Amino acid sequence: MKKLINAPEAVLADALAGVAAAHSDLRVDFANRIIYRATPKADGKVALISGGGSGHEPLHGGFVGTGMLDAACAGEVFTSPTPDQMQEATKVVDRGAGVLHIVKNYTGDVMNFEMAGELAAAESGVEVATIVTNDDVAVQDSTWTAGRRGVGVTVLLEKIVGAAAEEGRDLKAVLALAEKVNGSGRSMGMALTSCTVPAAGKPTFDLPDDMMEIGVGIHGEPGRHRVPLAGAHEIAAQLVEPILADLDFTSGPSIVMLNGMGGSPLIELYLMYGEVAKLLEKAGVKVARTLVGNYITSLDMAGCSVTVLKADDEILKLWDAPVVTGGLRWGA
Amino acid sequence: MNGTIGLDSLVTWLDAFRTAVTEQRAYLTELDSAIGDADHGANMARGMAAVMEKLETSTPSTADELFKSVGMTLVTSVGGASGPLYGTFFLRMGMTAGAVAEFDGAALAAALRAGLDGIVARGKAEAGDKTMFDALAPALDAFDAALAGGTPIPAAAGVAADAAEAGRDATEPLVARKGRASYLGERSAGHLDPGSASSALLMRTLADVLGSS
Repeated sequence: MKKLINAPEAVLADALAGVAAAHSDLRVDFANRIIYRATPKADGKVALISGGGSGHEPLHGGFVGTGMLDAACAGEVFTSPTPDQMQEATKVVDRGAGVLHIVKNYTGDVMNFEMAGELAAAESGVEVATIVTNDDVAVQDSTWTAGRRGVGVTVLLEKIVGAAAEEGRDLKAVLALAEKVNGSGRSMGMALTSCTVPAAGKPTFDLPDDMMEIGVGIHGEPGRHRVPLAGAHEIAAQLVEPILADLDFTSGPSIVMLNGMGGSPLIELYLMYGEVAKLLEKAGVKVARTLVGNYITSLDMAGCSVTVLKADDEILKLWDAPVVTGGLRWGA
Repeated sequence: MNGTIGLDSLVTWLDAFRTAVTEQRAYLTELDSAIGDADHGANMARGMAAVMEKLETSTPSTADELFKSVGMTLVTSVGGASGPLYGTFFLRMGMTAGAVAEFDGAALAAALRAGLDGIVARGKAEAGDKTMFDALAPALDAFDAALAGGTPIPAAAGVAADAAEAGRDATEPLVARKGRASYLGERSAGHLDPGSASSALLMRTLADVLGSS
C-alpha cells in the first residue's frame, strides 16, 4: 500500500486537521469528528446535517457551507459515524427550526442515524426529520435486499435542498422537497479497479486487467456483474440503459452528474460524459445542467458513476442558487 | 463455577472477546472484504479496545451497569452496522440483567436472549438472512436446551459455542438478505458472514471463560 498518510489508524484525524487548516470558513470538532460552518445560519432556518463513512470526499465535509450542509459527521473510512456524533451535530446546528438528517441507505448509516434520532428526541427536543437516499439502480429494490443504496443523488439533493433551507422554508417543506428529489433521481456505477482501505492495507477485491465491475456502490464492494472490459461507448451504455429503464426522464429537463470514483483522471471523466450525453440525447433526455468530476468517491477506485435527476423550474432555480463549499462553489 | 457466574467472570469474558477479535482482526476483515466493505475486524478490535479501556477506569459493581457501559461504548466507538447491533445486544442484556452482581444459568440465558431480541429489533434480521443472528440464535437455543436438561453452565456454554460455530459455517452457502452483502445478490453465496464469525467468537470466549473444557 502506497498512500499519503502517517499511519492507517490516524487517517481520519489527520485529514480533519487538514480540512481545518485549509478552510477558515469551517470549524472542526475533533473529538466528535464534526465539520460545521464557522458562521451559523440565521435563527429560524432549518439546518441540514449529513454524514457517513469517510473515503467519499468531497462528500460530505466538502459540502458544508452556505447553500448546502450545516454540518457533516465523519465516520472511519467506509464506516458509519456514531449516534453521539450525529446528536452533537444536531444540537450544534439547530437554529430552532428543526434539523434534516440526510442519510444514504446503508444498513449501518440508517441504524446509527435512527439511534441518533431516538437520543435527540429523548434528550434535547430538537425536531429531526430524516431523508434516506436510495437511487442506485444496480440494486434490485425488493424485500430480499437492504434496499437500493444511496449514491450520486445524495450530492444533488444536498445542493438543491440546501438552497431551499437557505431560503427559509420550514422543515416540512424541506423534507417534502428532499423526498421529491430522491424519488426523481437514479444512478449506476462501475469500477475499473478495486480500492485500498488504509486499515486493510490491500485492495478490497482482485479485478484482472481485462475485466470490470458493473453496478458497484461506493465502498469498494464488488458489483452485480463482472464483465470483460469494453470501450467507453459500451461502458456508457451499460450505465445509462438501466437508469433510463427505471424511470422516464423525457418529460422535462434533467440534471446529470458524471462522477469519478476517485482514481480516474478528469480527461477520462469528460470522455465518458461525452458518451453519456450522446446516449441521453438519442433517448430524448434534455440535459439542463451538468456536473463532471469527483463528488462521491470510493477512495482510490478507478471508475465512474452516472446520476440523472428529473428537474423542473423549481429544482433548476434551487440548483442555480449560490453555493460556497469546498466541493461546489458558484453564484456567490 | 457450577451454580453462579460473578461479575469478574463477565469482565474476563469481555476481555477474552477483546483478545479474540484483536487476534482474528485480519481474518474478520478478510471475510468482510469478500462480501462487504473490509472493516469488520478493525471495527470490532477498536470497539472492544475502547470497552476494556473504559472498564479499566471504572469497573461497575452490577451487571446492568457493566453491560450498559459496554453497550454505550460500542455504540459510540464502532459505527457501521456492528456498532448499533453489538451495542444494542449489550444494552438489552443490561436492561434484563438488573442490578445484580452474579448470574445463575437461567438469568444469563435470559439476558443473552434479550440481547438477541434487541439485535432483531434493530437489524430486522431473520433466520437464514446470512447475519450474526444465524450464529447467535442456534447458540442460545442450544444453551437453553442444555440448561433445561440439567447440564451445568460451563458445559452448556460449550454446547452453545459449538452451535454458534455450526451456525456460522452454515452461513457460507446462503445468499445475504440483510446488510451490505445483500447488494451482491447471488454472489454473496460461498462466503462466511463476518458478523456470524465475530458472534461465534463471542460465544466461544464465553464458554472458554466459564471453563467448558
